[in-house]
Amino acid sequence: MTFGVRSATARFGDTVALDNVTVDVPSGMVVAVVGGDGAGKSTLLRALTGEVPLDTGAVQAPPKQDLGYLPASSGSWAALSVTQNIDFVGGIYGLKGEALAVRRAELLERAKLTGAADRLASQLSGGMRRKLGFSMAIVHEPSLLVLDEPSTGVDPVSRIDLWRLVSEAAATGTAVIMSTTYLDEAERAAHLVVLDGGRVLVQGSYDEVRAGFTGAITRSDQPVRAEWSWRRGRDRREYWPDTDPPPGATIVQPDLEDIIIALSLRRRAARPLS
Amino acid sequence: MTGVLVRADAVTHRFGRFVAVDRVSMQVRPGEVVGLLGANGAGKTTLIRMLLGLLATDAGRVELLGGPPDLEHRRRLGYVPQNLGLYRDLTVLENLTFIARCYGADVPRLPAEMEPYSRALVQDLPLGIQRQAAFIAALSHSPELLLLDEPTSGVDALARASLWDTIRGESDRGIGVLVTTHYMQEAQQCDRLLLMSNGRVVAEGSESDIVGSTTALAVRTDDWAKAFAALNAADAPVVLVGRAIRVADTEPAELRRILAAAGIEANIEPVPATIEERMLVLARESEAA
Repeated sequence: MTFGVRSATARFGDTVALDNVTVDVPSGMVVAVVGGDGAGKSTLLRALTGEVPLDTGAVQAPPKQDLGYLPASSGSWAALSVTQNIDFVGGIYGLKGEALAVRRAELLERAKLTGAADRLASQLSGGMRRKLGFSMAIVHEPSLLVLDEPSTGVDPVSRIDLWRLVSEAAATGTAVIMSTTYLDEAERAAHLVVLDGGRVLVQGSYDEVRAGFTGAITRSDQPVRAEWSWRRGRDRREYWPDTDPPPGATIVQPDLEDIIIALSLRRRAARPLS
Repeated sequence: MTGVLVRADAVTHRFGRFVAVDRVSMQVRPGEVVGLLGANGAGKTTLIRMLLGLLATDAGRVELLGGPPDLEHRRRLGYVPQNLGLYRDLTVLENLTFIARCYGADVPRLPAEMEPYSRALVQDLPLGIQRQAAFIAALSHSPELLLLDEPTSGVDALARASLWDTIRGESDRGIGVLVTTHYMQEAQQCDRLLLMSNGRVVAEGSESDIVGSTTALAVRTDDWAKAFAALNAADAPVVLVGRAIRVADTEPAELRRILAAAGIEANIEPVPATIEERMLVLARESEAA
């Protein structure tokens, strides 16, 4: 089963939040959506959950009872305990009694939250709270899981733990789409989508994105064209989209960060910001 | 000042019986960008609060800009907190004017690309522009040391590059920078990293110093979903990369045993570890100790 959006455009007043975006989310795959504030990540996810109506285009998503959603805000109730949070959401999906107890125990064990079962959500660390939110989003074993920035603000060690939970969902056949501001997570996903100003800047597996990148990136301490350059550590990088770099220049193998910056510069050069 | 902007000598801070920071020594020199990394609860914030003199040391000593970390020395540093520290219901210009006056400094001139936003309310601006404004505010009194808490959280790659242009420009002029971050891309921008876990500094140096020759194991198998489930159930620190699996901190023999027990044939190969995997291993070690 493949979910997703096709030629999706969504406007809020004069703002085009999504501009002709097509993204597939197949079962058993993690799709990572990256981009900055205002890139359209949340709008894309909320189009999939049915919260944002599209102006044009189509959404392919399961019915609500077969869809799991972790919002960017919190995803749990601060004044309820870990157990109460899971039981409440489980109850909404019709789980009760022994079935609910079994499911709860399994979820807490996987998220390593068993020892924190009686703690209030407000007393959990940021990473633990996101793992609780994740557990609540999958309580009913949805076939599509939509996670809005599950790892933002979460420290790198807890983030690996969270990624393990996300991977586990995909490994058992769930279609997962998650937004993130961390490029290392995008590199790890089976499919990554880079959004910029509501449009898809590039998408594919990390290998495909690297293979499809055209032009050269060089490293120096004195760029030739400042408007095509950016800082990486003590050196600068410079992008040569159409022309060969000057002879003798040091060409680098770009990583995802370099590729996204280079493509963003090219887009801005093609259509200047008003 | 002997070429050190801020120095901690074996500083310790306890909350009751909990040792939040345990005999940490560190320093930031002029022109240097130092990254502070660690899990939540590792002690980063407590350390910074001691460096700023906002929290007393239970043992050890802090020297800030050649003296004790008091108000007089604090005014010579610039600070960009995670929530930016701008008044959201004032304009950019009003914020800059107010902050410059607090420090008795001249109101900074806005760079050309920021000029169109000068009379807009902070709350109406994109996050990347808000962050630029917070940087300009923090730099208005020409500080000698810059303290940044997650400086590029939530902005896109281009805006992040532009903020790092500013940070690196300052360090080229001799300012020292201490930055906390959860972004590995940002860690790679630093000259030197300090890795904290459970109140201690567990590793120090450049990214390649910290990762060194440590390896993780890459597992390739057609049955990736089953292999992932088996390794995960065995509590191995497993990371799924596309359809490949990486495992940190596990012996190849142990890995083979787990996979064989689950009836999975796989190709196991050591690969250079990432800094995250190294952090994970160091955090597990310091927890076990």
